[in-house]
Amino acid sequence: MADQLTFADDTSPYMSSLYAAARRMTRNDADAEDLLQETFLKAYRGYGGFKEGTNLKAWLYRILTNSYINRYRARQRRPDETDLEDVEDFYLYRRLGGAESSVLGRSAEDEVLDAITDDQVRDALDSLPDTFRMAVVLADVEGFSYKEIAEILDVPIGTVMSRLHRGRRALQKALYEYAVERGITSPKPEEVVDVET
Amino acid sequence: MSKPTCEESLAQIYLFLDGELDEGTRASIELHLEHCSPCVAAFGLEMELRALVSRCCREPVPRELRERIAAALEEMGRTAASEDGD
Repeated sequence: MADQLTFADDTSPYMSSLYAAARRMTRNDADAEDLLQETFLKAYRGYGGFKEGTNLKAWLYRILTNSYINRYRARQRRPDETDLEDVEDFYLYRRLGGAESSVLGRSAEDEVLDAITDDQVRDALDSLPDTFRMAVVLADVEGFSYKEIAEILDVPIGTVMSRLHRGRRALQKALYEYAVERGITSPKPEEVVDVET
Repeated sequence: MSKPTCEESLAQIYLFLDGELDEGTRASIELHLEHCSPCVAAFGLEMELRALVSRCCREPVPRELRERIAAALEEMGRTAASEDGD
């Protein structure tokens, strides 16, 4: 059983990453701040029930996620898996892979990734429906395993994989569209990756 | 998977990068990558994207929020202590 006296010290290393996740979930500062505070207060109250030696970070993320779902999702249209169009595999690679860069010795992919701003990456993430965005943030930002994400989101591992993979593909498409809009790259007709099979 | 093709390797790309493959499959894909530059480029692009997403999502906690949470926790601690009669 964990001791409330050590709660602040035990949990403070995770505050920054929980805040970053709250920020991506809620998509605005004020809601993220409220959500983080709610998470810490709930965690404090429930800390006596936390088993020491188990995964504290995942436990805190589960509280964060549940709080978000209860608080914000209820007032939105229920997000549906069908809200996300199906995007093919390797969306960026199929369009940029092997293409020539305007600068000698650099790949077109590198040029596009370097030119995309942090704000555009965040906008692209924010454009994903909730369930997909959360899976991508938990895996790519926090490095949780599929099993941990399944526990945090309370869904089967297969669902985690599907949301994660579809979310990443949709993110690639959104980034590609930014790049085309900004003239970083020019649209390429449908093309199949040339790989030996 | 003794000698995976490009197609088989690419099908496992996310499991590979997420560290979710068993040792044997992982090793066979690593072996494939040693000899296949198109696959290396595809895997590399996915890795860079993840690094980019990760970097863009690091935002510092505002100091005022840290203080607000610390104060709220302290308040809860005090309330609990006085209820216990300490």
